[in-house]
Amino acid sequence: MTDATIAAVHDREAAAASRRHFVSRTVIYALLTIFAVIYLAPLLILVFNSFREQPEIAQNGLIAFPRSFQLKAWAEAWSTYCIGGTCEGMRRNFLNSLWMAVPATILSTLLGAMNGYVLSKWRFKGSEVLFTLMLLGVFMPGQIALMPWAFLLGKVGLTNSTYGLILIHVVQGISFTTLFCRNYYVSIPDDLIKAARIDGAGFWRIFRKIILPLSPPILIVTVIWQFTGIWNEYLFGVVFTSGREQPITAALVALTASGTNVRAYDVMSAAVLIGALPPLLVYFLGGKYFVRGLTQGAIK
Amino acid sequence: MSTVPMDAGRNSASAAPGPTWRERITRISPILILAPSLAASFVYIFVFTIWTLYISLSNSSLLPSYGFVGLDNYVSLWSNRRWNIAYSNLFFFSAFYIVGAMGIGLLLAILIDQRVRGEAIWRTIFLYPLAVSFIVTGTVWSWLYNPTDGIQMLVRSLGWTDFNFALASDRSTAIYAIIITGIWQSSGFAMALFLAGLRSVDQDLIKAAQIDGASTFRTYRRVILPIISPIFLAVAVVQIQFAIKTFDLVAALTRGGPGISTTFPAIYVYDLMFQRGQIGEGAAAAMMMLAALAVVLVPYALFVVWRHRRESRP
Repeated sequence: MTDATIAAVHDREAAAASRRHFVSRTVIYALLTIFAVIYLAPLLILVFNSFREQPEIAQNGLIAFPRSFQLKAWAEAWSTYCIGGTCEGMRRNFLNSLWMAVPATILSTLLGAMNGYVLSKWRFKGSEVLFTLMLLGVFMPGQIALMPWAFLLGKVGLTNSTYGLILIHVVQGISFTTLFCRNYYVSIPDDLIKAARIDGAGFWRIFRKIILPLSPPILIVTVIWQFTGIWNEYLFGVVFTSGREQPITAALVALTASGTNVRAYDVMSAAVLIGALPPLLVYFLGGKYFVRGLTQGAIK
Repeated sequence: MSTVPMDAGRNSASAAPGPTWRERITRISPILILAPSLAASFVYIFVFTIWTLYISLSNSSLLPSYGFVGLDNYVSLWSNRRWNIAYSNLFFFSAFYIVGAMGIGLLLAILIDQRVRGEAIWRTIFLYPLAVSFIVTGTVWSWLYNPTDGIQMLVRSLGWTDFNFALASDRSTAIYAIIITGIWQSSGFAMALFLAGLRSVDQDLIKAAQIDGASTFRTYRRVILPIISPIFLAVAVVQIQFAIKTFDLVAALTRGGPGISTTFPAIYVYDLMFQRGQIGEGAAAAMMMLAALAVVLVPYALFVVWRHRRESRP
């Protein structure tokens, strides 16, 4: 009898606990789903509209389930759409951004890796101070550097050219890449370096044989950070280049601001996606490392 | 944090007649490697800043010139109504944007921290906006705010025919459009940092709290969140930096309008320097942006140094 009552109480408590558990799980997943919808909606709307036909968009609005399908908008956005007088689509600006972001990313990452190596494993008197001063570059607002860059680019003949933007991004990137790599290399044991030096390895040999093989995690983070940052940059692109020389971000603003009466949302959606695709691709491919590195680098 | 001294190789060198080529290269390589970056950073950080500071004190208009006029540009800047709007917009935007992004970021981090299935997928969804440029984000959201094609049209077509949602095209509400979009873009970033913080909390402490019978809510409030409080500050500082530098988002979303209602300091600098040919006053505005950053970053840097010292004290 008593056993039965205890068991009954237990059952009731267990049932209540499992009901509470079920409710809280449901609330958690419901909230996550609501936020996921809000986060994904703009991307989905872009994708849908790039394939919908313009009359259908005009009739049903931007936010609607697709009822038509076309690929024309992508082709038009890529190669024939007119922006400010020239009708070459986004292709040229896309390539400008590519020829800007790839070399600038590689150069600034290489510099960062070597600087980080020196500042963590070959410290000398005052190197900590120099590191701190280089860090200031992380905080510089681009607006401070606008006039000086304009003057400098004019002097060296790189106004309105992708090379000028590469120069800017490499110089600006040094602070970030050095910070990332230095903080990562500090965690490589100094004893490893000492042992290598006793074995007669020099500066470069240690870099090649010890540091580089340990580097992929931080190099991936640095490359993702630099590439997305440079690809997405707008201020320098719009100030120092014009027309056909502009990177894709500046061209996108020119395109979406162009005041035609009927807004070609299908073509503009495709164009915006073309502009967003490379960093998204890089992010989805290396996202795991991106999250890890972001959190490591930012909390340190 | 021990250092490898530069002259660690000297013992072997003293036995030989003189340093060999390899030893010499080893000795000067670090300096040679660092020199170009140091020079470039020095020019970029110090020469550029001093240059802009000087221009802000000069009578430059369409082209830089070097006639010294003292603080005239600053006086004229601060007596400009548009600059005052820009500056108060920055404060207003920063406050809501930071609180909003941190609040939603923390909520998402805590939700994901409840051992949910498919954690990587949720994280990826919430963080992907960070990989997309403000230009893309601003453009898409400007369409959604557009009353004839966006959210207003959707809701009206669902039956609420008198539904009004035209945030971005109304002078008094356009700044909320920027705040919402900014939060959408960067709350995932806050989430990533908070999540990393939550994961770094000692599991034994959490278990101890749960054995004492504390609810999940209470455990977070009393145990976990106080431990990760330094992260709140770090996230806030990063977000303030974003806020002060905000240019692309506004450029793509409202272009400073309607009228001048969403002018920001970053927009103002660009406009003055390259649209109106008032370089001197533009430089003064840029210096004010740097000052705003310094007001936030210098105390934070000092605080971080102080905390490090205190923690490393035996």
